[in-house]
Amino acid sequence: MTDSKQLYQEVILDHNRKPRNYGKLPDATHRSEGLNPLCGDHIRLDLKVAGDVIESVAFEGQSCAICKASASMMTANVKGKSVADAERLVGEFRGMATGTLDVAKDANHLGRLTVFAGVKDLPSRVKCAILPWHTLHAAVQSQAVVSTEGDNDPVAQSA
Amino acid sequence: MTAANALKTPEPTSTFDVDRYRADFPILANVHPHGKPLVYLDNGASSQMPQQVIDRLVRYQTHEHANIHRGVHTLSETATNAYEHARRQIQHFLNAKEDREIIFTSNVTDSINLVAHGFGRAFVSEGDEIIITHLEHHANIVPWQMLCEERGAKLKVAPIDDSGALILEAYEKLFSPRTKFVSVTHVSNALGTINPVKEMIDIAHRHGVPIMVDGAQAVQHMPVDVQALDCDFYAFTGHKIFGPTGIGVLYGKAEWLEKMKPFRGGGDMILSVTFEKTTYNAIPFKFEAGTPPIAQAIALGEAVEYVRRIGLERIAAHEHDLLVYATDRLRAMDGVRIYGTAPHKAAVISFYVNDIHPHDVGTLLNEEGVAVRTGHHCAQPVMRRFGIPATARASFAFYNKLEEVDVLVEAIRKVQKLFA
Ligand SMILES: Cc1ncc(COP(=O)(O)O)c(C=O)c1O
Repeated sequence: MTDSKQLYQEVILDHNRKPRNYGKLPDATHRSEGLNPLCGDHIRLDLKVAGDVIESVAFEGQSCAICKASASMMTANVKGKSVADAERLVGEFRGMATGTLDVAKDANHLGRLTVFAGVKDLPSRVKCAILPWHTLHAAVQSQAVVSTEGDNDPVAQSA
Repeated sequence: MTAANALKTPEPTSTFDVDRYRADFPILANVHPHGKPLVYLDNGASSQMPQQVIDRLVRYQTHEHANIHRGVHTLSETATNAYEHARRQIQHFLNAKEDREIIFTSNVTDSINLVAHGFGRAFVSEGDEIIITHLEHHANIVPWQMLCEERGAKLKVAPIDDSGALILEAYEKLFSPRTKFVSVTHVSNALGTINPVKEMIDIAHRHGVPIMVDGAQAVQHMPVDVQALDCDFYAFTGHKIFGPTGIGVLYGKAEWLEKMKPFRGGGDMILSVTFEKTTYNAIPFKFEAGTPPIAQAIALGEAVEYVRRIGLERIAAHEHDLLVYATDRLRAMDGVRIYGTAPHKAAVISFYVNDIHPHDVGTLLNEEGVAVRTGHHCAQPVMRRFGIPATARASFAFYNKLEEVDVLVEAIRKVQKLFA
């Protein structure tokens, strides 16, 4: 079992303290809200997509450190990427967090995002880490509001 | 803040022999989260079970089990007697007048739904009003909302002040000639507030309105006498009073239970069935359709006996020491805010550490062996009243020790250091 202190590494605490790309985009082309009704995590994500490229991205909201750091690192990661590459990253992150992708063995593009690998051992926190990614997926699919529960439960989906 | 004045400084010389009682709870010694001794402060969500209750479950399953109320053979009689004995144990525990006023349900949620259906369908119609409070658990909100929607009735909510105490005068003002029912919590699970239920019951009765009390967070902490209270209904749940899950209790005055509609239809709740008409059984059986949780009811009887042997006055005194000590220590910490500072509180402390989300706090406290609940505690309206999405909550039982408060405080300090 991963020590949860290992999960609360300096990178995550740093992104929690100083989230990157925090705020709104006045010229957003895509916008989505993510809710985790169980713990009250709530983030809003703005994207500016030009052609096939995510030109800029911003998020804001109220959430735990895991969720906020995940959102912050996600925005830093997908900015400038194509929508298809971002979607691939969503799939890989979800796989890592739910334990279907082993970052040590399976090919992936997660890079520094592997600091979140430990959440797979904290079932109650998996949704916190996935929420921003889930919201990103919804935004590019042009869904306005998504929840981590019910039909959208990321844990149930990957089970 | 009023709590500091109302709470007296603790006398650490309590005569309560905690270690003796802790020895009854095998799980407290068996479990070591992250290699640390378990500091179980999530009793508000569910309490642990003493060996005496575990033994009773095992004895029932190994020597006494059969279906009840329907067999002529020895085992069926044994099981029926044990089940009915448990009903009388609950009757004495609550000081109900008659054993037929005790109905076994599956949890307190089920007990409240039973009344919402049974009373609501018989007596509530369009334009009528039902009163609850701002302190309720979702279990004492949603069933009434559903009833109101079905009947075109209106739900009215008694407000609380900034300490989390009910405003009694505002509660009384909610009554009107259309008020048909009141349902209030005895103790708030999210804030620990103890409601002035005796006064609330008297006020309801002055307006000629029956009242139900949700005792889910009360019966394990303080003596409850339903005849002295004179409430019309009182409900609690087995797994929060050292019994098993899957069992709950509804006390109701016989005169009401007899007039109410059954909740579920099926076996055991009938006297005779033809395809044209069914005659319902007498109370309490009218409300116990189908095979009940027999083992759980018997174990709950043992659990309330266990609590009675220790004595609820003594339990309340020890838990008050825990509350005062924990409140003082947490208040002394920079950055820790306590939500719920009513003058009368059970040993429940909802708190926030700096601006750290309660989920992060809970995950990191677990690292030190400390189990607390984090989230909205199924009381979202209370959380909204204080403008927060969630809190961390330490909820105590009589088997908790003052030293465990020290472990909690140290663990919170470590969280603060990590996030500094
Ligand atoms: C005040 C109160 N009412 C109702 C409930 C619901 O209890 P149960 O889930 O056992 O029905 C709880 C437990 O969380 C509670 O604290």
